[in-house]
Amino acid sequence: MTTATIDLVVRTRTRRTQRRRVVMAILAVLILVVVATSLMVGHTFYPPGDVLRVILGEEVEGASFTVGVLRLPRVALAVVAGCCFGLGGSTFQTLLRNPLASPDIIGISLGASAAAAFGIVVLGLGQAEVAAFAILAGLGVALVVYGLSFRSGVVGTRLILIGIGMAAMLESAIAYILSKASEWDLQAALRWLAGSLNGATWGEVLPVVVALAVVGPLLLSRGSDLGAMRLGDDTAAGLGVRVERTRLLVIIAAVALIAFATSAAGPIAFVAFLSGPIAARVVGPGGSPLLPAAFVGILLVLVGDLCGQWLFASRYPVGVVTGVLGAPYLVYLIVRSNRTGASL
Amino acid sequence: MTTTPARHSLVVERLAVGYRDRLVFESLDLLVPPGRITAIVGANACGKSTLLRSMSRLLKPRGGQVLLDGAAVHRLPAKELARTMGLLPQAPIAPEGITVAELVGRGRHPHQGMFTRWSREDDAAVAAALDATGTVDLADRPVDELSGGQRQRVWIAMALAQQTDILLLDEPTTFLDVSHQVEVLDLLTDLNHDRGTTVVMVLHDLNLAARYADHLIALADGRLHAAGPPYEVLTEDMVRAVFGIGSRIITDPVSGRPLMLPMGRHGANGDSP
Repeated sequence: MTTATIDLVVRTRTRRTQRRRVVMAILAVLILVVVATSLMVGHTFYPPGDVLRVILGEEVEGASFTVGVLRLPRVALAVVAGCCFGLGGSTFQTLLRNPLASPDIIGISLGASAAAAFGIVVLGLGQAEVAAFAILAGLGVALVVYGLSFRSGVVGTRLILIGIGMAAMLESAIAYILSKASEWDLQAALRWLAGSLNGATWGEVLPVVVALAVVGPLLLSRGSDLGAMRLGDDTAAGLGVRVERTRLLVIIAAVALIAFATSAAGPIAFVAFLSGPIAARVVGPGGSPLLPAAFVGILLVLVGDLCGQWLFASRYPVGVVTGVLGAPYLVYLIVRSNRTGASL
Repeated sequence: MTTTPARHSLVVERLAVGYRDRLVFESLDLLVPPGRITAIVGANACGKSTLLRSMSRLLKPRGGQVLLDGAAVHRLPAKELARTMGLLPQAPIAPEGITVAELVGRGRHPHQGMFTRWSREDDAAVAAALDATGTVDLADRPVDELSGGQRQRVWIAMALAQQTDILLLDEPTTFLDVSHQVEVLDLLTDLNHDRGTTVVMVLHDLNLAARYADHLIALADGRLHAAGPPYEVLTEDMVRAVFGIGSRIITDPVSGRPLMLPMGRHGANGDSP
């Protein structure tokens, strides 16, 4: 063994980790900038000083209501929901080794959304019950999709196609629920079909924060196991990963994150789907995609909401904007996989 | 880095294992000689990979057990087992864009805790693995750009970085042309000679198995047909019993090991035996 080789190994590794650190720092700064902008900008502009005083709990004429009650919960929801979608999405994509296997493509997000819409619009449930209901539905959809695609082992392509069919069914179910509801409006419909942060309250934000605080670290602690599982189940087992147990744990954790976020903000279109691939592109392949994907998810929701509110003549919910961003990428992935002759 | 590894005993005891309703083995007994190269041979679907998968606890036994130093592998903590026994499966997957150094680094997984950082030891192990497999120059290249032979060396490097005393390989030479087959088997022999690593591999090619292995395990219909040194195991009777064809065994002029010449209905000069 030569020291030259060790130096080479150390050098390439340091280059990788440094790039990762720099990118993460840039993402973090961008998030802070957009958060600050979102809190300041609106019908009325409030300077940073006013915003800071509101956050610190001081009473500020006008700003206390606009920033404290309207903007702050909305931004907080954008951050936690984006984080949940980014983590949950990249977990699924990593686990199934396919960017199309994101929970918002294979119906899990829409399952949670349908349950939440049903719970709120039809049954009139409270926030906690809705979240629990959404998780059960999300897990249920995951189970059904997995079960239907199981034929002596699960093949990614079959699972994705079945999931896409499931998503279409659930989408029409949501439309049906909303059309049957006594008082339904366009805002509610868009929230459960595409995702929206309109009218966010602390009551909605809090359960998501708790879920993220509990499940997020659990998921991140499995990052290196997930990294080993990218090499195939057998290889991972040879490296000392308890594959079945890890898979089960990680799927439940990811579904829980998606469901909690969805029950508060709806299935914000394509955030789960886009975060992982964008993160992998900016931090480089290899390393765990989870944390970078969480940062990208936050950024997508924040920027999407900001654009949706102020960029156009009329206001659009965040999901409409992220949907416009995500759809071309979906088409690109399918075109590319067909061209290379690979399966979906 | 020449160290004498602890000689681990690997014993298969009354092993019953199978898939769904089909049992591949009903009661298999064998032992793997420590510090040697063992090749598992046999016809297609005779349970070669199943045996290897049971040894590395990818398959749970229905009965009996696989014992590593007297302890059932199924009850050992996963990472502890992975520090003693490495596995290179038949079709490992290289994530898109991953570089050689990164992939080889994955071999350090069982030596790292949930949040522990890279240690000097990890770097040294990766460097040693790259050196041993001649993949240093590839360190920065994406794995998906490499040729089949290079890729297989990289996967072996990953298994080496795991620094286990026992290494299990499922058909490490498939899809390789003859020069790369020999290269991979030479590499494993170096590993065995230099570090005393116990190598257990499934091999399709009887003659390469006889040339490189110290110990052959011949399986037929879910039973152990024969086990021992190549000159004892590789016989015309064995080939007929295990593969169902006639053959002639001569001494390999290159290695001095037995060499099997199969006899089909055509192509044989003279009478079939």
